[in-house]
Amino acid sequence: MSVSGYQGKKSIPHITSDRLHIKGGRIVNDDQSFYADVYLEDGLIKQIGENLIVPGGVKTIESHGRMVIPGGIDVNTYLQKPYHGTTTVDDFYQGTKAALAGGTTMIIDHVVPEPNQSLLTVFEKWHEAADNKSCCDYSLHVDITRWHEGVKEELEVLVQDKGINSFQVYMAYKDLYQMTDSQIYEAFTFLKGLGAVVQVHAENGDLIAQEQNKILSMGITGPEGHALSRPEELESEAVFRAITIANQVNCPVYISKVMSKSAADIIAQARKRGAVAFGEPITASLGTDGSHYWSKNWAKAAAFVTSPPLSPDPTTPDHLNALLACGDLQVTGSAHCAYSTAQKAIGKDNFTLIPEGTNGIEERMSIVWDKAVAVGKMDENQFVAVTSTNAAKIFNLYPRKGRIAVGSDADIVIWDPDKTNTISAKMQKSALEYNIFEGMECRGSPLIVISQGKIVSEDGNLHVHQGMGRFIPRKPFPEYVYQRIKTRNRVMALQGVSRGMYDGPVHEIPATPKYTTPAPSAKSSPAKNQPPPIRNLHQSNFSLSGAQIDDNIPRRSGHRIVAPPGGRSNITSLG
Amino acid sequence: MSYQGKKNIPRITSDRLVIKGGKIVNDDQSFYADIYVEDGIIKQIGENLIVPGGVKTINASSYMVIPGGIDVNTNLHMPYMGMTPADDFYNGTKAALAGGTTMIMDHVLPEPGSSLLAAYDQWRELADTKACCDYSLHLDITRWHESLREEIEALIKDKGVNSFLVFMAYKDKYQCTDSQVYEMFSIMRELGAIALVHAENGDIIEEEQKRLLEFGITGPEGHVLSRPEEVETEAVYRAITIAKQANCPIYITKVMSKDAADVIAQARRKGMVIYGEPIAASLGTDGSHYWSKNWAKAAAFVMSPPLSPDSSTPDYLNSLLSCGDLQVTGSAHCTFTTAQKAVGKDNFTLIPEGGNGVEERMSIIWDKSVATGKMDENEFVAVTSTNAAKIFNFYPRKGRVAVGCDADLVIWNPKGTKIISAKSHISVVEYNIFEGMECRGAPVVVISQGKIVLEEGNLHVTEGTGRFIPRKTFSDYVYKRIKARNWMAEVRGVPRGIYDGPVHDVTSTTKAVPSTPSSRGSVCPGKAQMVPVRNLHQSGFTLSGTQMDDHIPRRTAQRIMAPPGGRSNINSLS
Repeated sequence: MSVSGYQGKKSIPHITSDRLHIKGGRIVNDDQSFYADVYLEDGLIKQIGENLIVPGGVKTIESHGRMVIPGGIDVNTYLQKPYHGTTTVDDFYQGTKAALAGGTTMIIDHVVPEPNQSLLTVFEKWHEAADNKSCCDYSLHVDITRWHEGVKEELEVLVQDKGINSFQVYMAYKDLYQMTDSQIYEAFTFLKGLGAVVQVHAENGDLIAQEQNKILSMGITGPEGHALSRPEELESEAVFRAITIANQVNCPVYISKVMSKSAADIIAQARKRGAVAFGEPITASLGTDGSHYWSKNWAKAAAFVTSPPLSPDPTTPDHLNALLACGDLQVTGSAHCAYSTAQKAIGKDNFTLIPEGTNGIEERMSIVWDKAVAVGKMDENQFVAVTSTNAAKIFNLYPRKGRIAVGSDADIVIWDPDKTNTISAKMQKSALEYNIFEGMECRGSPLIVISQGKIVSEDGNLHVHQGMGRFIPRKPFPEYVYQRIKTRNRVMALQGVSRGMYDGPVHEIPATPKYTTPAPSAKSSPAKNQPPPIRNLHQSNFSLSGAQIDDNIPRRSGHRIVAPPGGRSNITSLG
Repeated sequence: MSYQGKKNIPRITSDRLVIKGGKIVNDDQSFYADIYVEDGIIKQIGENLIVPGGVKTINASSYMVIPGGIDVNTNLHMPYMGMTPADDFYNGTKAALAGGTTMIMDHVLPEPGSSLLAAYDQWRELADTKACCDYSLHLDITRWHESLREEIEALIKDKGVNSFLVFMAYKDKYQCTDSQVYEMFSIMRELGAIALVHAENGDIIEEEQKRLLEFGITGPEGHVLSRPEEVETEAVYRAITIAKQANCPIYITKVMSKDAADVIAQARRKGMVIYGEPIAASLGTDGSHYWSKNWAKAAAFVMSPPLSPDSSTPDYLNSLLSCGDLQVTGSAHCTFTTAQKAVGKDNFTLIPEGGNGVEERMSIIWDKSVATGKMDENEFVAVTSTNAAKIFNFYPRKGRVAVGCDADLVIWNPKGTKIISAKSHISVVEYNIFEGMECRGAPVVVISQGKIVLEEGNLHVTEGTGRFIPRKTFSDYVYKRIKARNWMAEVRGVPRGIYDGPVHDVTSTTKAVPSTPSSRGSVCPGKAQMVPVRNLHQSGFTLSGTQMDDHIPRRTAQRIMAPPGGRSNINSLS
C-alpha cells in the first residue's frame, strides 16, 4: 500500500497515451445492457460498438463478458471535516484512493464551514485541499451552518461563478448548526430561486438535546447513549417536517443519510403524493445495523457513531435495500467521515463528544451489489442507477458522468459479479483502525477501475497520484429535479376571490394596552396596515365591482363555490 | 326563555322525575328500563320502579335515553384584541343544552406571560355566575417558562384542572418550541395531566401569511391558503414524536383534516396513547366556503386549523370516529359576530377565529354517522360523552346512565329532523356555518342536574345554575398504560471496562466555545467536559477486568444483538 504511487509494484506497461480499448464486455447502463467494445481516448469515451477501428498499439483490456459499468459516484463524503481542531484521518488523498479501490470514480464532498465563517472562504479552502490531494474527480456540496441575510450573496456567487448547485441545511445540532422552521422556509425559498438542490440533515435537534441531557443525567456515557438519544422517530419526524416545508415552498428536497425504515417510508409516501423528494441511504445503513452500539468494546461501539445513528432494528438494511431497488430511494452515498479510535476517544466519558462518522467510501459499491443485486432484489441496471446515474442526474452531471455513451467521461469500472471479498480493516485503503463492516463477505467487486481514461486500479493494485482529480463544476436547475417544479410554479399561481368590498359594521377595537400583540403576522402585511379602530364605512363608497348594500347580510345564495382554488393541494396530491 | 316557559308547564316543585318506557343507551349496551331521578342523581333503574307519588313522569317510549352530551372544547370567553366571543357562558351553555349537551369543557386562555391562576379565577367567576350547565376547565399554556410549574401543580392539586393545552402555532404569541413542548409533556406526565395540543406549524404559517399578503390576497380564502392541511399534519406528527419521547399521553384538539386524522390513527396502531378530537365543524361541513363571494359568510368559517377544502373530509372523519380511531367530539364553539369578524376585513390574519357548533354537535354526528349507518347508537354515546368522561376523569359521574350517576340525561328522538338555521338557533351570531343543513336526530327532552331544561322545544334555564366539576389527575383510562411503560422503558447503559487507549489531544484553541451539539448537556452530573490532556492512567488499577489491549478492535464473540431496555420495543407493538 505504501508504494501506491503512480507506478505500481507489478511491471504494468506504463500507459504512454490515454488510449484504451475494452473488449468483450457487457455494457450496463441504467436503462439497458448490451455487449459492445469501448474505445477511450483523452479521458473520453470515443466509440462504442463491435469491431471498432482503433489505432494500433492501444492497450486492450479483455473483459471476457464481465460488466462494464459507469464508475460509481459517491454523493456524500466528509474528507476534511474538522472537529475540535482535528480533521478526519482520511483526507482527500487517502479517501479518494479508497474510493477508487472500491469502484467509485467521483465523490461529492461536503464543505462544512464553522457557523461564523464565510462560505466562500471555506469553499476555497476545500477546493484547494481537494485540488492538491484528490485522486479522482470531485465536486462539492456546501453546508449552510448558519442562516442569515449575508449568506444569500455568497450563495449566489457559489451558484453562479463557482459551480456549486447543492447546499445542505441542518435540522439538528442545536445551538450549533440547527435552523428554525422559519429559517428553513426562507432558505428553501431562496435556494429554489437559485435552482439549487436542497439537502437536509433531518433530525429533530431540540429533542436530541433534551434526550442527551436526560441520558447523561442517568449516568449513561458510552456510545449506546448516542443511539438512545437519537431514536429513529426523531429522524422520521424531521424528514416529515422537511418535506412539509418543501411542499409549501414548492421546492425539491433531498434527504441525506436515510438511516431508518420509518424515515425511508416517509420519503416513499411523500413521493407517492407527488412531492419532489429524494432519499440517500448510505453504505452504513444499507450494510449494517446499530446493535453494535451496545458492544462491550468501547472502540468498536464508538466506530459506529454517526448521525442519524444506525438503527438498532436488524431488519433496517434489508428494508432500505428494498426501497432502493424499487426506486423509492434513489441514490447512495457513504457519508465517509473517518476518525481514528484516538480521535473518537475524545468522547470516552461523554458520548455527545464522540466525533461522528463512519467509513463506507470503499465498500459502498460492493455492499449494494451484495445486499441488493446478489440477493435478487435489484437488477444490474438499477444498480447502475443508484450508484451513479441518478446521482449524476440529480446533481446535473449527466450524461458527462453516470453513463457509458460516446462523449461521456471515461470513468468506467469493470465489475465482476462473482468475485467475493471479505471486508477487513487489514485490507482496506482507509487509514482507520476499524471497519464497521469488518468480516462481511461481499459478492461483487471491481476488477479494473478507469478514471479519466486511465487505469487506476487493477487486480487490487492502485496506480494513483495526488492531485489527479479535477473539480467538476455543476450548473443550477438540473432538469431531473426542476422540470416539474417549474411547471408547478406556473400552474400553482394563487388567486384571491374578487368580492365586493365589505362595508357592513366593524366592531370597534378598544385601543387597550394589549394593542401590541396583534395577530400572528400583522407585522409583515405590506401596505395594509392594521385597520384603524375607527369606523369608515364609506371609504369605498362607489365601487364598480357590483357590491350591494346588503352584501353583509348572510344568505343562502346560489354561489357556493365548491371547487377549491388554484389547485395547490391538488398538484401535490396526485392520489 | 326564562325559567318560566311561555306555556304553562307545571312548575317542578321537587327534583324528582320518572322517565318511562325509554330505551337506555350506554356506550356498551342498550336496554329498555325506567329511570327514577332524585336530587340530581339517578336513583333507580329498572322496570316497575317504586317511586313516591306525584312525581313528574316523562314518557320516553319510542325514544332513547342517553347520557347528556359532553362538549370537550368550547371557547366562551376567548379574548381577542379586547373583544370576547358573542356567545358568553350564558348564551353558550343555553345553546349547548338546546342541542342535548349537558356539560362543557371550556378553555381558559391567559394572556401570554400572565398568571395562570389569575386567569383561572377569572373564568371560574364568569362561568359560576353565568353557566346554565355543568362545566369544567382546560388551561391553555400561552407562554412556557419553568416557573409555571408551580402554578400548574397548584391548579392540579387545589383547583381540579387536569388538562392543559400547548400551542404549536401562533408564532411570537402562543407558540412553543419543540424543547418547550418536550419539557411540558414531561411535566404533564409526571403530574398525571392530559396534554392537549393545538397542532399546526406556526413557523410555516407565518411565512405563508406573509407571502399571501404580499400577493394581495387579503380575504378569508387567505386563511385556508396560508394553513394548508399539510401544516396541520406535520405538527400532529411532531407532537406525537415528542410525546413518544416523553412517554406522555397526548390529545390532539380540533382534528380538521383527513391526513391529520390518519397520522393519529397510525400512531395508535403503533401503540401510542393518543386521542383525537374532531369538532362539529370538521364533521359537518368543509372549507369550500372560504371562497364564497359573500365576505361575511366566508369569514364565519375562519377557524384554526381551518376547515379542509376537500369536500370528502367530513365523511372520512365520521368514519374514523365510528371505528374508534378518533375518540371524542367537541365543538370549539367560539363565535364572533360579523362586525367582530370584520376587524379583519382588509387582512385575513386579523379575523378573529372560531365558529359555532355547541348546539349542533349531537345532531350533526347523529345525522352524518348514525343515520347513515357508519356508527351505532352505543358508539354515538361513546364519542359524544362516555369517552370524554373517561379521558378527563369524571367517569362514571358523567357519560353513563347508571344508578348513582349525575342525572344529565337526554331523551333523543332518532327520527326527529331539524333544519339548522341562524334564524332559529340559540346562539346570538348572525351566521351559522351549518345553515340550511337538515339533520336527522334531535333531543326531545334535556335533563340537567335532574331538572328538565328542554321540553317541547322550550328552554327553562337559569344563569349560574351550572356547577364546576373538578377533575383528578392520573385518569385510569389514559394513564394505566403509561404507568406500566414507565416501568418497562427504563434505559440502561452498557457496563464496559474503562477505555484507556490513546486519546486524541483536543487542541484547546479558539474554537473551544461552540463545542458539540449539546454542550448544553452540562447537566451531566459530575462529568465535566473532557480535559484536553492525556491522563491515560487516571484509573490505573481497575477491578473490572480491562486489559491492556482493550482498545484494539477485534472480532470478539460478544456482539450483543438484543437492543437495550426495550424503549423502541415498547411502543411498537408490531
